[in-house]
Amino acid sequence: MSFLTVQKIHHTYFTKDTSATALSDISLAVEEGEFVSILGPSGCGKTTLLSIISSLLPPTQGTVLLENKPISTAKNDIGYMLQQDYLLPWKTIEENILLGLKLSKQLNEKTKLAALSLLKQIGLTGVEKQLPKQLSGGMRQRVALVRTLATEPKLLMLDEPFSALDYQTKLKLEDLVSQTLDEFGKTAILVTHDIGEAIAMSDRVFLFSPRPGRLHKTFHIPEELRKVPPFEARNHELYSSIFQTIWKELESLDQRNE
Amino acid sequence: MIRETNKVDLLHKNYLQSLKVEKRWVRFYQGIIFLLFFSSWEISSQNRWIDPLIFSSPSKIWNLLIAKMQDGSLVTNLGVTLTETVFGFILGTLLGTILAAILWWSPMISKILDPYLVILNAMPKVALGPILIVAMGPGYPSIIAMGAIISIIITTIVVYTSFKEVDPNYVKVLQTFGATRFQCFKEAIMPASFPTIISTLKVNVGLSWVGVIVGEFLVSSKGLGYMIIYGFQVFNFTLVFLSLLVIAVFATIMYQLVELLEKKLIKE
Repeated sequence: MSFLTVQKIHHTYFTKDTSATALSDISLAVEEGEFVSILGPSGCGKTTLLSIISSLLPPTQGTVLLENKPISTAKNDIGYMLQQDYLLPWKTIEENILLGLKLSKQLNEKTKLAALSLLKQIGLTGVEKQLPKQLSGGMRQRVALVRTLATEPKLLMLDEPFSALDYQTKLKLEDLVSQTLDEFGKTAILVTHDIGEAIAMSDRVFLFSPRPGRLHKTFHIPEELRKVPPFEARNHELYSSIFQTIWKELESLDQRNE
Repeated sequence: MIRETNKVDLLHKNYLQSLKVEKRWVRFYQGIIFLLFFSSWEISSQNRWIDPLIFSSPSKIWNLLIAKMQDGSLVTNLGVTLTETVFGFILGTLLGTILAAILWWSPMISKILDPYLVILNAMPKVALGPILIVAMGPGYPSIIAMGAIISIIITTIVVYTSFKEVDPNYVKVLQTFGATRFQCFKEAIMPASFPTIISTLKVNVGLSWVGVIVGEFLVSSKGLGYMIIYGFQVFNFTLVFLSLLVIAVFATIMYQLVELLEKKLIKE
């Protein structure tokens, strides 16, 4: 059995006038320590799937198992990082990164020190007593990463966490996140619409087609790209050929829908 | 380089100076308006351009103020009204906020109560005065209830709206950490709505004064509202104006206190 198993997920949103199927028959598996990406145009149900996996949203049909247990029993094993940092603006950085520990009643001297040292490790020193608005966008997203990692989740969900940042910051953060996750041996699922980001960061890329969201194709990223940091992967000779392949696949999806 | 910084310093000094000058002019004109208002009031009353029996005059009001201070009746009445207003204000805001929290807690309750809130909000609350006085007796409780009831519903509606408008992603972040609904309320909804709650406080200061004064009109035994209605009945309009001015001063003080609280609570 895999680390994470998603079995035959269907999800439909109901409104007064319509019912919209966001996900249709999604099955996939992720191994421990693996980094996978879900790539697809808007409307392919990427965020819906993440919400289902992190048990924020009960699916219409299907099950999700984490280490062979239903995810509803493993709430604190899953960390979630959103498109924007959503640090609580009235709390200091320290209070923000300890939030998850506090809510799940795991806050003690040991976990507190671990969280604070994680903050240092990620290159933020002397900001503990500052408020989020005193920090730049990239710094805030790093704080959000620390906040997510502080509760030591086994599985990390990254919902387009770099999309609100400027390009340079984004590239730097990709490297940092990738390196941090490697160090801790975390399993992660990244949702993105950026083909390059998916290739540079992941071991596998799931390409989703829209309306309703389906798993269209899975791409395995070659070993050479997987072992180098994202920034170097983008400059690797294999990178552009994979980019082309995925690009063509996305194009064919577009044409099919027109 | 040094010359550059000197220049910037100088410009900054000039800028501060210009701010100071502007502030001085504002204060000057405010003072002028104050003086003009009271002196023209006094003069037109002295010369009988306006009826001194109805419009009184600042000097008469001043003399009455001294007299009422000496016999202690002003302080007693002011004390009564202030106590009632402060309690009515706190009670109204507190109950309104609690009600808003209940509505946020249960969308079902909120749907059920929606039309009733609309009706209660549209209804002129002071019209409930006679019923309150008969039910609770002519004294502090019914007047405090008047001060509170006038602001409860509007507080509920405004605060509930702000609870609903809190960015759902903050709640999502908390939920990913397994937060309960109460934890979401305490950590995100409540602190995010603090600015709105404070601004309803400002509105409620004014509203509670209205409720309490009307309550005192009806009960007619103590307080500044009683002084007004008594002055009206015996045709002593100097007393009416004195009460009005005292109300204006203390309502302003309460408003300033709320602003002070706002500055303290919302760290900029």
